[in-house]
Amino acid sequence: MRKSVSTAVLLATLGFGIAGLGGGTGTFTARAQQKPETAEVKIDNFSFGPSELMVPVGTTITWTNRDDIPHTVVSTDKLFKSKVLDTDEKFSFTFSKAGSYPYFCSIHPKMTGKVVAQ
Amino acid sequence: MSDKKRDELLNDHNHDGIDRRGFLKCMAWAGTGALCVMQGGVLKSYSLSRMPELGPTAAGELSFVQISDSHMGFNKAANPDVVGTLKAAVDKINGLAMPPEFMLHTGDISHLSKPEEFDTVDQILKSASAKDVFFVPGEHDLLNDDGKQYLERYGKGAKGAGWYSFDKKGVHFIGLVNVMNLKAGGLGTLGHEQLEWMEDDVKHLKHSTPIVVFAHIPLWSVYPEWGWGTEDSAQALAYLKKFGSVTVLNGHIHQTMQKVEGNVTFHTAASTAFPQPAPGKADSPGPMKVPAEQLKSVLGITDVNYVQGQHALAVVDSSLA
Repeated sequence: MRKSVSTAVLLATLGFGIAGLGGGTGTFTARAQQKPETAEVKIDNFSFGPSELMVPVGTTITWTNRDDIPHTVVSTDKLFKSKVLDTDEKFSFTFSKAGSYPYFCSIHPKMTGKVVAQ
Repeated sequence: MSDKKRDELLNDHNHDGIDRRGFLKCMAWAGTGALCVMQGGVLKSYSLSRMPELGPTAAGELSFVQISDSHMGFNKAANPDVVGTLKAAVDKINGLAMPPEFMLHTGDISHLSKPEEFDTVDQILKSASAKDVFFVPGEHDLLNDDGKQYLERYGKGAKGAGWYSFDKKGVHFIGLVNVMNLKAGGLGTLGHEQLEWMEDDVKHLKHSTPIVVFAHIPLWSVYPEWGWGTEDSAQALAYLKKFGSVTVLNGHIHQTMQKVEGNVTFHTAASTAFPQPAPGKADSPGPMKVPAEQLKSVLGITDVNYVQGQHALAVVDSSLA
């Protein structure tokens, strides 16, 4: 089993980066103070884990492919679509509106998952 | 295997490997090396070691080779040297007693659709004795650009996403694409446009014309739980019902498997890159690691031989070992 530390670190850095980019403007600072939520989905053995994930609106989800085979993360409603993810590559998407977001791997369509943002 | 009674391992080398209902499912696992010949509706099976006994059967009017799933660019533990094993496949082809006239590549040429991956495969295949290669794409060949690059490289003159047909010595070949526009939760798919084209393509052919269909994902339901099947393949096969001899050649599952159903012989080829587990025998269909010294025994090529008047194509799998 690989550790997920790297992902957590990356996400933390990412959040920090966004706050930094704001350069003190009110909006960005306010958002940074809300501590942007993050969550992870791991791709192992041709499946998304967890396959269903409920998150608060505004959460950024990062998918990490841990298989020896490339996968994609593609919204069934075409809202988001990753590039092909080779081993250990990541894809992130921020769910800024409430809703149910089914997705799948367009290379191996038997692999399906869902994000519910609320 | 959920339905063992109806599935037979193809290890009966007594020339009578067929059940009484005229319906036979046989599976030849990678590396076993088997030859199936159907003559006048009777299927006969031989082991590769008996090839010399076959005499005239082995000398047909048309001989070609199928290779599949080269996955150029793959570099994980299951095979860190896919260049080496593809070269070994070409050596095997060049060593065949009867030089093939051409090759079919049933997809997953590349691992990640990178230009350099396609370039490498093209370069290696140039050293094969057979100069013409007919391709169909695998899902790994259409990544990131919906197959634009694939069409530019391999699909000149093809229809739609890259389907086409051609004739060689009285045999009609149909290359199909079942890896485009895959739907969530679904299997391989041919789609309405391609099916219509296919119906029209075979309409004018005589019933006695031997048909070879080749596509990446199996056109029979090998193991839907792993996506090993094609949703609308029944429609495609319905167009082929009138023909006496239909051979379907697929890849995708990285192991040899065969089934005969009525007039249709289904066959999947081994990969030249890495093996995958037998259906349901692992948590996922991902690359299967075998000891390095065994790798070449589970990779391979498929040699296909057509003898006019025999209503059958002989399909021979040989491992790279």
